[in-house]
Amino acid sequence: MEDMKKEPTVDQEVEVIEKETFKEMSPFRLIMRRFFRSKLSLIGLIMIVFLFLFSFLGPVIYQKWGETEQDKKEVVKTTILEHKVIDEFGNEIIITQVLEHSSSLNSLASPSKDHLLGTDADGYDVFVRIMYGGRISLTIGFIVVILETIIGIFLGGIAGYFGGWVDQLIMRIVDIFNCIPTLPILLIASALIDSWNLESNQRIYVLMVIITIFSWSGIARMVRGQILSLREQEFIVATEVMGLPTWRRIFVHLIPNVMPQLIVSMTLGLGSVILYESTLSYLGLGVQPPQAAWGTMIATSNDPQVLKYHANMWLPAGVMIVIAVLGFNFVGDGLRDAMDPKAKK
Amino acid sequence: MLKYIIKRIAISVVILLGVSIIIYTMVRLMPNDYVDNKYASQLQSGAINQEDIDRFKALYGIGDNSFEGIVGGYLKWIGNLAKGDLGTSFKYEKPVEQVISENMWISFAIAIVATILQFVIAIPLGIGSATHQYSIRDYVVTVFTMIGISLPTYFFAAIVIKVLSVDLGLFPPNGLLSATANYEDSFAGSLEKFIDIVHHLFLPILVSVFLSIGGLMRYTRTNMLEVLNADYIRTARAKGLSEKTVIYKHAFRNTMIPLVTMLAGILPSLFGGMMITEQVFGIDGIGRLAYQALREGDIPFVMGYNMFLAILTVIGTLLSDIMYSVVDPRVKLGK
Repeated sequence: MEDMKKEPTVDQEVEVIEKETFKEMSPFRLIMRRFFRSKLSLIGLIMIVFLFLFSFLGPVIYQKWGETEQDKKEVVKTTILEHKVIDEFGNEIIITQVLEHSSSLNSLASPSKDHLLGTDADGYDVFVRIMYGGRISLTIGFIVVILETIIGIFLGGIAGYFGGWVDQLIMRIVDIFNCIPTLPILLIASALIDSWNLESNQRIYVLMVIITIFSWSGIARMVRGQILSLREQEFIVATEVMGLPTWRRIFVHLIPNVMPQLIVSMTLGLGSVILYESTLSYLGLGVQPPQAAWGTMIATSNDPQVLKYHANMWLPAGVMIVIAVLGFNFVGDGLRDAMDPKAKK
Repeated sequence: MLKYIIKRIAISVVILLGVSIIIYTMVRLMPNDYVDNKYASQLQSGAINQEDIDRFKALYGIGDNSFEGIVGGYLKWIGNLAKGDLGTSFKYEKPVEQVISENMWISFAIAIVATILQFVIAIPLGIGSATHQYSIRDYVVTVFTMIGISLPTYFFAAIVIKVLSVDLGLFPPNGLLSATANYEDSFAGSLEKFIDIVHHLFLPILVSVFLSIGGLMRYTRTNMLEVLNADYIRTARAKGLSEKTVIYKHAFRNTMIPLVTMLAGILPSLFGGMMITEQVFGIDGIGRLAYQALREGDIPFVMGYNMFLAILTVIGTLLSDIMYSVVDPRVKLGK
């Protein structure tokens, strides 16, 4: 009897020690802690928050110029032309011709207090158009990624869960879309919607659908692979024993377990969608002027004069693309490291 | 193994059929009709009338844009393909396979140099980052390579052209040869020509290497980190092997296994050309040709080019799966 009495005190001691050395943390807080340990993910997050505020709040606060508002101020402009001449001795002489003329459109202006980043060839304010371009890029990015994730979860989930011929069929479709060269097919598709003569707003919606159609296959493949291994585990057998309906098993019990990988691939996908959208706009097949888009702004650099003398027209837009894609890449990488169960605490 | 490969090839044929149907339908529905564009001015001046154009279209096999017309056109295209004929390019007026094989090599030359440089630079950087995880070096390399991934090709190309070519005048901004130069038909002359080409290709290669280092470097780093945590690395260290032997002999070799999967992506990029880079730098590689053909509605060439890329992708994926089982004996093929 005396022995029995002693034991609880030993147990209590152990408990006291446990309380001192362990701190309970929810999985979410653990992930957050690991996420913020990496400085790069923090920087990425700051970049994205800045981008959102800049593009969505910016035009509300800074209302000096509109997206398609031309500056019709009378200005004296100088045009610089270069002529290359080779004289009789074979020396190359460059003659710079400076022409002055007055214009009723304040185009190609240099950065000033009036126009923080100058104006472009149509007299639009570059700074304001960068904000509107950001709206378009971010909106397209988010909607496309959400759409492709929905399709990917749906098809990948069904393929992985049912297996057999359903899996075979869906995976062959995935393979087909995987083999289609992305950039050429996007160019073809955008040229195709050119012929529909849509309004610029509708065109952007169609653009989103097109980018989605040709980019969902990766997510479907990933979801399917995860579900193939998950469905063999005990908790899925348990749901079967409990008699839960199939859709509930797939979408309530399996998909949430794929969520960590999905969130990572969505974040990284945002960057690549923004790149595709701006590439299409750069080639004149995406967002159409006069609507602002980062890609079309960079396309002005195709003009050698603009490339040489008006870096303010194309450089900032490119920097914004880099900030956006880099930010999403940093956050995606940080999330992947934070959600990896093998990672150290 | 053989059975597996045969099965995979059979599946690939089905996949390629699907790809060709999708691309053909979309290309046929494209608005910039080659014939319309070609004869637009003659139509305007009254030299020919709409009936002539319709007849030309029928001749090119693109007259009927109804469902039956497209199905018929597709069947004709696939029938010719079965005989090994990809058709004649509208724009270049030569058989498609000839246009591809003639212009592929300049793209291939750029791509092979860029790919070798990419591996030579990215793998050591990745290993260094992994062995010095969370050090300043790791952060600097990571940030730079990530910027490389995030830069749009055309934007980085514009910066490079502006700084190195327009402002500093170090390299020519576009083309393959200097327009004014004449080369003798001798060894010295061809050497001079070669140097000129290298001079012109420096910028495109610089751009494509800088933009592609990031992916490979991150890949190497992640795999290396995983391997470095393995038990056999601890064993190797416990045996008292030098750090160099541990990293390069024990860890690095196992890092190479997942790198084999990169083969799948490298094959199309080696032979398929780079549309945007070639377009920006004005190099007549296969990518630029395809872009222009696309713009002008040259259906046979666009089809041929896209199928060429799709076939390369299929072969690349198959090769990388086979290589995986060769490099890593634990992987068994044949599911």
